[in-house]
Amino acid sequence: MENLGPTLTILLTLVRIVLVMTIALLSVPVMVWVERKVSGHIQNRHGPLYVGPIGTLQPFADALKLLLKEDITPANVDKTLYYLAPLMAFVPALMTFSVIPFGPWLKIADVNIGVVLILSVSSLGIYGLVMAGWSSNNKYALLGSLRSSAQMISYEIALGLSVIGVLMHSRSLSLVQIVQRQAETTWFVIPQFLGFVLFTVAAFAETNRLPFDLPEAEQELVAGYHVEYSSMKFAMFFMSEYVAMLSQACVLTVLFLGGWLPFPIIGPLVEGLLPAVVVEWVMPLFWFFLKVGGFMFFYVWVRWTFPRLRYDQLMALGWKVLLPLALFNVFLTGFIRLSL
Amino acid sequence: MQEELILGYLPILVFLIIVTCVGAGMIIASALIGRKNPNSEKISTYECGMVPIKDARQRFDVRFYLIAMLFILFDIEVVFLYPWAVLFDRFNPVIFGFIEMVLFIVILLFGYIYIWRKGVLSWS
Repeated sequence: MENLGPTLTILLTLVRIVLVMTIALLSVPVMVWVERKVSGHIQNRHGPLYVGPIGTLQPFADALKLLLKEDITPANVDKTLYYLAPLMAFVPALMTFSVIPFGPWLKIADVNIGVVLILSVSSLGIYGLVMAGWSSNNKYALLGSLRSSAQMISYEIALGLSVIGVLMHSRSLSLVQIVQRQAETTWFVIPQFLGFVLFTVAAFAETNRLPFDLPEAEQELVAGYHVEYSSMKFAMFFMSEYVAMLSQACVLTVLFLGGWLPFPIIGPLVEGLLPAVVVEWVMPLFWFFLKVGGFMFFYVWVRWTFPRLRYDQLMALGWKVLLPLALFNVFLTGFIRLSL
Repeated sequence: MQEELILGYLPILVFLIIVTCVGAGMIIASALIGRKNPNSEKISTYECGMVPIKDARQRFDVRFYLIAMLFILFDIEVVFLYPWAVLFDRFNPVIFGFIEMVLFIVILLFGYIYIWRKGVLSWS
């Protein structure tokens, strides 16, 4: 790959960047549709039905509607921050994809600090929420952004600590090498089951999904930090939330579920029936998105299964349960690894 | 070696520039395309139909500030753990690195127990 000459390398990198960006942005309408459809069926109704075949074009119609809506700038806002906030939420959400390997060939970059880069970039998104809440000069927005940022930084610690067990197995911070290490040994969900559970819970809290959706809590805060936003600026907050969900699912897949590796027993059976070219180029992506898709379905399933937590319960869960458990997981992993 | 290291980050920079341009383009596009028909009611601060009472930027609970301080402490702890986790079975002797980190975490645990008993972590 590396000795192709500079021009071709640059061209290939640009193609990869465009591909990754398309995947990340196209995933938003797909996920919105899946969420509404699954939600509908869980509640024994149909969900979107009329725009396009079984409602698949509904999210695109919604996006177009949002783009054509009036862009209201309230009178009392801090204009610079008010305009920058959606960008500050949108850019970090997408930037996490710069090091996620979708397959052996579909990745933008493979740096040796991949995991740290993802954690640091994704926590930059909090600035977007804080800026939106502060600049809106609205009580709901300010309270929503305060809650949101306190929640996100609290669960950031549990999220960061739950990954450490994986690093002790992988002996590398590069996401590609973490997957390769799982190919040599086993998926890290098996030796790191506690870490996997902790990461999943923290990922739900980080993406403000139910049962941790207190920043939005329609009944008390109407919508939280983006209440004063309209048109495309609202859509950007909306998109960055969905893109963040996808990136958390991708990170979880890479760290615990073997990334692009096939499923243990079914994988070789299916791949044995296909031509070698397909197995090499298409199947890794298929396995990756199968796992990510399964996790996205899990997001929606959980949404309609659990009631929302109270704020004190939320903070107690983060600081008094997840944090000690994550530290215990580090000790346990170290102990097991050293005694073997 | 060093040049290779920097070249590895170049695609990330290009990606950052493209993403920022797309995002900025979306903000500009919505400002240009949408209708503009403001009136004084429409652009007043939203407070469920009421006339807004006072400024939104009032005092808020100090516990948010405490959480932010604790976050910095514990997040630095996490960052310290990362390089250790990658190398922890390559120390000589092997048990040395593990005991060092246990001591580091135990010292932090005293602080953790202290803030717990002071009631910083309870929100009732």
